[in-house]
Amino acid sequence: MDCNQVFVSKVKRLIVVFTLLIAFLSIKIDTFAQVDSAVVPVDSVVAGSAEAVSGEHGAAKHGEEKFEPTKVIMEHIADSHMWHLWGHTSLPLPVILYTANGLEVFSSGNFHHGEHDYNGKYNNYRLEEDHIKVVGADGKIDEEASKSVLDFSITKNVAAMFVAIFVILVIFISVAASYRKRVGKAPKGLQSFMEPIIVFVRDDIAKPNIGHKYAKFMPYLLTTFFFILFNNLFGLIPIFPGGANVTGNIALTFVMALGTLIIVNINGNKYYWKHIFKPDVPFWLYPIMIPVELIGIISKPFALMVRLFANITAGHIIVLSLISLIFIFETLAIAPVSVAFVLFMDVLELLVAFLQAFIFTLLTALFIGMAVEEHH
Amino acid sequence: MELVTPSIGLVFWTSIAFILLLLLLRKFAWKPILGAIHEREQSIDEALNKAELAKQEMARLTSQNQDLMQQARAERDEILKEAKTLKDGILNEAKKQAQVEGAKLIEKAKIEIENQKKAALAEVKDQVSSLSLEIAERVLRTQLDDKAKQETLVANLLKDVELN
Repeated sequence: MDCNQVFVSKVKRLIVVFTLLIAFLSIKIDTFAQVDSAVVPVDSVVAGSAEAVSGEHGAAKHGEEKFEPTKVIMEHIADSHMWHLWGHTSLPLPVILYTANGLEVFSSGNFHHGEHDYNGKYNNYRLEEDHIKVVGADGKIDEEASKSVLDFSITKNVAAMFVAIFVILVIFISVAASYRKRVGKAPKGLQSFMEPIIVFVRDDIAKPNIGHKYAKFMPYLLTTFFFILFNNLFGLIPIFPGGANVTGNIALTFVMALGTLIIVNINGNKYYWKHIFKPDVPFWLYPIMIPVELIGIISKPFALMVRLFANITAGHIIVLSLISLIFIFETLAIAPVSVAFVLFMDVLELLVAFLQAFIFTLLTALFIGMAVEEHH
Repeated sequence: MELVTPSIGLVFWTSIAFILLLLLLRKFAWKPILGAIHEREQSIDEALNKAELAKQEMARLTSQNQDLMQQARAERDEILKEAKTLKDGILNEAKKQAQVEGAKLIEKAKIEIENQKKAALAEVKDQVSSLSLEIAERVLRTQLDDKAKQETLVANLLKDVELN
């Protein structure tokens, strides 16, 4: 009986998905004819010269901007000097520039969404495609000078990361306080929500992979896990306190992977280094083995970096692409389909948010375990 | 390409923020939380062990109690049996003694009765002899006065004797 019910529900689900697919395809075919003629101009614009782009800028001022999904999606994925709130309202963020002459600190609101240049203490700056460039005396961008200016601004990603860190700190310090208050009692509220996750990290990630020396690495593993998890989850919120693609930014995953690289190699014992520099192979294989092992040191955290970055960015790109369908087809009829698929993707992303935090922590624990393992 | 080029600003801020987060959480969150969880796990383990011990103790006590009960019951049975035999003995003894005593009393009574009977007979014999003597005396006296009278007297006396 039970098997039968499962089968029936699965069939129902399949029917729903299939219907959605049919609807999606039929609307696509319907609109294809209409869009067909419009595709050519889009292509010409994309392949067009600088004049075409400037011409389009002119068109944009008349509110007839051509929709370019790639540009829009890349803008949403990338970092920004402003935090978009709604409509034409954005939260200006502080700009911090390190120039050869000294630090420059000013608000990104001075750029007025890139329409104005800002006259700083040492240089004139212009915001172009969310990059701060130095403007030369002739009014054109000075690429040489731009390269020498280092951008340490509090960008959207940095601000979103600070928000996530603040939330993490508030949650876990309050959880720690309730542990102090309720000594020896059963957990309650937020404490009982977080405790299984903490115990999971300890018992299913740290203990099996690292062994009896796990306690030393628990703070790093827990911090990594919750830092990635909270940033992933904040990245899923489309509006203000979230909306930044923090964990889908290669800079952040680079720092996280670098942390793992450092922790693993600092704690590597003599067996770990012997395995790299004096592996148990005939000596004439050393010229191959040693470089391979050395590459292995780098490639493991590199894989961590790319995995997290690619998973989160890919999820964001898919969601944005599905939303973009509405604007590509220029019809509201596609909206229910888009929303249905976005809903599906969001739920999937929720899973991915946990999964990627788990995998990053698990692999970090595994690499630490390999480095501290005792051979007999 | 821009997508996969880490920007220096974000690398800088992430490093600082992550290290700070790690230090703060380690001091203010992970240490107390992990310590408390570990402590609680230990106390739960201890409590379970204690409960196991208590269970064993209980089982031991129960079996001991049962043993005691059985022993007590056996003892009680023993005492009852002894009492019964004792009672029976006493009863039998008493019965025997009573019978013996009774027999003795009966014997004594018989002897007494016999004695009494003998004494009574002896008295009767005495009275008969004294009466005979008296009669003989009176007969002798009347014989001496008048012959006729003496004869009638003797005849009357003899009548009286016969009536007696």
